[in-house]
Amino acid sequence: MKAAEAIVKCLEKEEVNVIFGYPGAAIMPVYEALRNSNIKHILVRQEQAAAHSANGYARTSGEVGVCIATSGPGATNLITGIATAYMDSIPLIVITGQVKSTLIGRDVFQEVDITGATESFIKHSYLVKDAKNIPQIMKEAFHIAKTGRPGPVLIDIPEDIQNEDIKFSYDMEINIRGYKPTYIGHIGQVKRAIKRLKESKKPILCIGGGVVSAKAEKELLKFVEKTKIPVVSTLMGLGGIDHNSPYYIGMIGSHGFNFANRAIAEADVVMFLGARIADRATGGSKLFAKNADIIHIDVDPAEIGKNLGTAIPVVGDVKKILEQFLELITPLNTEEWMEYLNSLRQNYKRKRNITNNVNPKYAINLISEILDNNAIMVADVGQNQMWAALNFKIIEDRKFLTSGGLGTMGYSLPAAIGAAIANPKRQVVAVMGDGGFQMSLFELATIKQNEIKLIILLFNNEGLGMVREIQHKVYKAEYGVSLNKNPDFIKLAQAYGIKGKRVFKDDELKDAVNEAIESDESFLIECIVDPKESTL
Amino acid sequence: MKRHVLSILVENHSGVLSRVSGLFSRRGYNIDSLSVGETEDPNVSRMTIVVRGDEYILEQIKKQLNKLIDVIKVIELKENQSVYRELMLIKVEADKNQRPEIIEIVNIFRGKIVDVASESLMIEITGDEEKISALINMLKPYGIKEMIRTGLTALERGNKQIKQHKKFEEE
Repeated sequence: MKAAEAIVKCLEKEEVNVIFGYPGAAIMPVYEALRNSNIKHILVRQEQAAAHSANGYARTSGEVGVCIATSGPGATNLITGIATAYMDSIPLIVITGQVKSTLIGRDVFQEVDITGATESFIKHSYLVKDAKNIPQIMKEAFHIAKTGRPGPVLIDIPEDIQNEDIKFSYDMEINIRGYKPTYIGHIGQVKRAIKRLKESKKPILCIGGGVVSAKAEKELLKFVEKTKIPVVSTLMGLGGIDHNSPYYIGMIGSHGFNFANRAIAEADVVMFLGARIADRATGGSKLFAKNADIIHIDVDPAEIGKNLGTAIPVVGDVKKILEQFLELITPLNTEEWMEYLNSLRQNYKRKRNITNNVNPKYAINLISEILDNNAIMVADVGQNQMWAALNFKIIEDRKFLTSGGLGTMGYSLPAAIGAAIANPKRQVVAVMGDGGFQMSLFELATIKQNEIKLIILLFNNEGLGMVREIQHKVYKAEYGVSLNKNPDFIKLAQAYGIKGKRVFKDDELKDAVNEAIESDESFLIECIVDPKESTL
Repeated sequence: MKRHVLSILVENHSGVLSRVSGLFSRRGYNIDSLSVGETEDPNVSRMTIVVRGDEYILEQIKKQLNKLIDVIKVIELKENQSVYRELMLIKVEADKNQRPEIIEIVNIFRGKIVDVASESLMIEITGDEEKISALINMLKPYGIKEMIRTGLTALERGNKQIKQHKKFEEE
């Protein structure tokens, strides 16, 4: 069998249904093999979108996302998408063509050292030197991508190697000496954690993206209902717990709710579950968990003690560890503490901006009320990210996706495409600003070509709102952020064959949202937003 | 900042050295020296890395190294439980009048003259870093033409092998 066919065969063995990509000379043998496969290939319009779409696909299917590109510029265009997936621990397999192995190192046409270039933001990478290793490498790559702390894995395959003949077998055992993730929590640490929680008067759980990637939502809910410990979430933790739970307080962080941040500041024990606790989560605050003993649960031991000192570390899979806790822990008395936190929350007054145009916070609240209980919202980066994060209510099986770690503008449209392909029956809303939209605008063509149904919610405030806001607050005045000669986005969407409606006022929004939901194809809602509208 | 000696078993294939050294630079860790070579198993290489940092940095370095798929084991070799060695080749200016003096110094340090030329001598010496630095100081007055140090390499004393150490996070 040709090595290129073996690559596709490996993808089939891994039950890959969809692959996002962009062909080119150095990957053509694999494309020829894909031609004869049942795997669906989605042609994107720029390679970065392939990585983001695979990301959105992975996050909403629970499977590994796969993307493919050619050597040189194809590979370098993937880089931002790889870094985005790495920062958010999203399992991706990235396949790139490479120039002929005999030419590597000679700076030939479309040659780039992609394994070298991605070294610092990839879980692992392979440059294939011997065709017969391909099945082993593919199997290892999938194993590495989806186990432990998930992440992107790159396989770079020279064109001549793709054309070699090999014997195919996929029955080998995977045993990587240097890679043995820990899943079960150390029972001594679990018992210590339980003892500390039981002594606590003001305990709180802080959940991160690890709860979602470990698929531990059900165990978490059981744990919370049994122990009665309140929960706050990081941006990446949204989707980890139903917001209707009486124990859910809110999102923390520099853009989080002040009552949620106060809950962390005043707690005497904080148990972090699958959260890195980077600067956006602490808001750089000295008060962050200042009174608390820290219990830190994470599958990646390097995250424990990195950003916060930890009293009790528990390394392992969040889902498995929660099961261990559930077996041993008994309910806590948190009534007084819950009452206090609820009073903080009830006293919180949301700034209700009075402008003539659409209030984006109202808009997200409204759409949150209308959407199904399994809808997926994908937010971009900037003000729209926080409008969406703070106002979209996670109910039942709803999901919230965003580029939390790298903060990649242009993420939401291609990621939403991936989510919609993985979930054709669920509502998928891509939220973005006029800046981020124009970073991935070309994907409207992918949407049209593949008949993908999205609700595209565009907040047009004629500029890069979050930077503009900071410039006004911290610096003299705005600079380099105006997009005041934006194109007519509705006409632009029409040019791509996508329907749309421009909404100027809050009271016009409901009809537009219902029209978008009822439409059997993608629909753009452009909300005209006052440039002065604030993030929080 | 305190100096630490790390001994690391890695898979012996291309790209591994770059992954390990890249990790130090991108996370801002200071590296004093790095030496690498094959082991009794040809599929495994062993690195000795000398780093400077406090306990927090050391722990982070160990954890981040362990995250690399190609890294099999990371241990710290404490000075009182290990043998530290370094090899140096040094070329000193030496005419025929100076030669006997230099040879005498080298003998005291248990070094070897490995090359003689009309105006220079090449000396090979192994030892811990202090011994090597002391020899350099003694030879400076004659004029050092060029020199190379391998960087520290180290092995734990006693019967225990690196393989028998627990993985860092299990400790």
